[in-house]
Amino acid sequence: MGPPLALEIHDLVKSFDRPAVDGLDLVVRAGEFYTLLGPNGAGKTTTLRMVTGLLRPDSGSISVFGIDALADPTAAKRIMAWLSDEPMIYDKLTPFEYLEFVAGLWGVDATMAEARARELIDWLGLAPHAHDRCEGFSKGMRQKVALAGALVHDPRLIILDEPLTGLDAGAARQVKTVLRERVSAGSTVIMTTHILEVAERMADRIGVIAGGRLIAEGTLEDLRRQTGRSGTTLEDTFLALVAQQSAAA
Amino acid sequence: MSSAGSLAWFAQHECRLAWRDWLSMMTAGRRRRVRTVAVALVLFAAFMHLIALGMVGRYAQVGTPDKLILVVVTGSALLSWALMLSQAMESVTRAFYARADLDLILSSPVAARRVFSVRIAAMALSTIVMAMLLAAPFINALILRGGWRWLGAYGVVAAMGATATALAVGLTVALFHAIGPRRTRLIAQIVAAVIGAIFVIGLQAGAILSYGTLSRVAFLESDAVAALAPAVDSVAWWPARAILGDVGALLGVLASSLALLAGAILAFAPRFAHHAIAAASIAQSPARRRRDRARFRAAAPAATLRRKEWALLRRDPWLLSQTLMQVLYLLPPALLLWRNFSGGANSLVLLSPVLIMAAGQLAGGLAWLAISGEDAPDLIASAPVSARQVLRAKIEAVLGGIALAFAPFVLALAFAAPFGAFVSALGIVAATASATAIQLWFRSQAKRSHFRRRQTSSRVATFAEALSSIGWAATGAVAAAGSWLALVPGLFTLAILAGVRLISPTRN
Repeated sequence: MGPPLALEIHDLVKSFDRPAVDGLDLVVRAGEFYTLLGPNGAGKTTTLRMVTGLLRPDSGSISVFGIDALADPTAAKRIMAWLSDEPMIYDKLTPFEYLEFVAGLWGVDATMAEARARELIDWLGLAPHAHDRCEGFSKGMRQKVALAGALVHDPRLIILDEPLTGLDAGAARQVKTVLRERVSAGSTVIMTTHILEVAERMADRIGVIAGGRLIAEGTLEDLRRQTGRSGTTLEDTFLALVAQQSAAA
Repeated sequence: MSSAGSLAWFAQHECRLAWRDWLSMMTAGRRRRVRTVAVALVLFAAFMHLIALGMVGRYAQVGTPDKLILVVVTGSALLSWALMLSQAMESVTRAFYARADLDLILSSPVAARRVFSVRIAAMALSTIVMAMLLAAPFINALILRGGWRWLGAYGVVAAMGATATALAVGLTVALFHAIGPRRTRLIAQIVAAVIGAIFVIGLQAGAILSYGTLSRVAFLESDAVAALAPAVDSVAWWPARAILGDVGALLGVLASSLALLAGAILAFAPRFAHHAIAAASIAQSPARRRRDRARFRAAAPAATLRRKEWALLRRDPWLLSQTLMQVLYLLPPALLLWRNFSGGANSLVLLSPVLIMAAGQLAGGLAWLAISGEDAPDLIASAPVSARQVLRAKIEAVLGGIALAFAPFVLALAFAAPFGAFVSALGIVAATASATAIQLWFRSQAKRSHFRRRQTSSRVATFAEALSSIGWAATGAVAAAGSWLALVPGLFTLAILAGVRLISPTRN
């Protein structure tokens, strides 16, 4: 028996004016750092928003650690966290209050949540501003507060959409370190990014989406093999895969 | 075409932005609505002219102005001027804090003084145009019935707008000097709201203290006011005389107001850039807060949501000023309550509609902030809390806020007129529930900072909210008088709500 599955998506379909996700199948193992790559409009964000219950699919199934996320979204949400590229925080709350709010929403015991919040605040270098209102925080600070919020309820599956966009090198490194440590501690991370170097260095496996479908998946070596070009960078490999898919379409 | 960077070029740019801003507000950003909006505006203007003819037409033939006429005309003009000043102060505050193009303008090689000169003039123009649009039906009605001499009223409106803008700029800059950019944002918004309300409230309070009624004119016509007013030939009456057709007075008023505006532009435009930079810097640096609470509090998700809503409402400066405005309008009825406390309770029936109306309006604002104005929609949607629970917690937050604001009035009323208090309480609940339901039916996703433009998202919701508040206020007024006829406006209001529900967007 293999490792448990953190996420299992089967034949997922979602259309707006045109198909955004078109019969997607995707499996992510527990404890894995999985990166989703794809050109703009490939369906990455739509897929992840359906997994986190922010969008309702037209058809298909989504299972999170064995929980049917479409039949029982509340149970699935309890073990998931979602972080988008636009930090979802309240300007009028302090980071401390924000983490208290998120912990309350997820029903985490106050004492335990507070200890975790303090740890995260220190870890992400937010301590000097823990009791300042978030209004006026830089993009990096806001993203760190949002990340702390995503982690304060100790989720088993962390889903991040372009979490490094707009961050400076220091902040980006802090975020990457925190995510790596969460994976080491047993959490599963699924992340979209346009920074291919990050995917290359951090991901256990990489999935490439184009036209709403998974067109390639595996380690960097697996992807290289699919393109038939050994020793190339992820950027070359990714562009070749997308070009192949475009030509086939 | 004017040369780039010149005063005329900037003026053209400002006018284009203002026009598009106004058009977007009127059409809610949908260009296809332009024709519909134009037709609606023409119909509305015609309707307003009919109302104006009925209201002021009979005053059009007024002869040589005596002191009483001058007092009433000046009082009414001052009332409008207070509102203009309030609007101008809000424009100035927005120019400091909310204009997205400040970075571009201040980093360009154009003299900031020139830019802000145009911007202050544009604020004056926008205040004047808005005031003229509102006053036009009344002035036109007077011209129609009394002749061209009333045309001078347009000139006085322009003068009032220029003066209001000059004073608003001066007041805001003075606030910057006195309390710094961080506090100015909040205080200026509150001052603008208070100024907008204070004159009405002052006149009503005076009327209550003098006669026990809520009529503004009664107070203006009183002997006490006549005794305090300057002599008939005083310069203070120039604006009133100009409205009544005195060309000399009109020229004097126009010249002095334009000189005041020009003075304000010359004096304050160079400092505007400095203050705008100061205002922008506070947005870049986080506000230091004292360590007020160091422990997490245990709470269920619903309680956590309610607490968050209340914390955000409490900390929202704009909302604070709006709330303060609603509470200020409750002061005259409170005064009436106090005056009648030991006497007969008959006049207290006046209080029920005032309280119900205020509750409906306040609830509409609070409900929009709680239901539509969610700054972290993804966070809430991705939390393990059902949408029903989230909505329920948000509605409870609104109801709690209304209960807190109106309970003291209802309790005080209960001592003097228990039946009136009972009716008021029921009316407040009905008006609050209706306003909240309308916001729920027409909810849309928006940032809390877009509160000022919430009306543009749905005109139907805005009118329905106002109609339901008026309907419940009318029901309360008739019910407080002990008449079963209260059922008529009550059923009418329910019918309006049912109709609005039918045409509201479908929610999944």
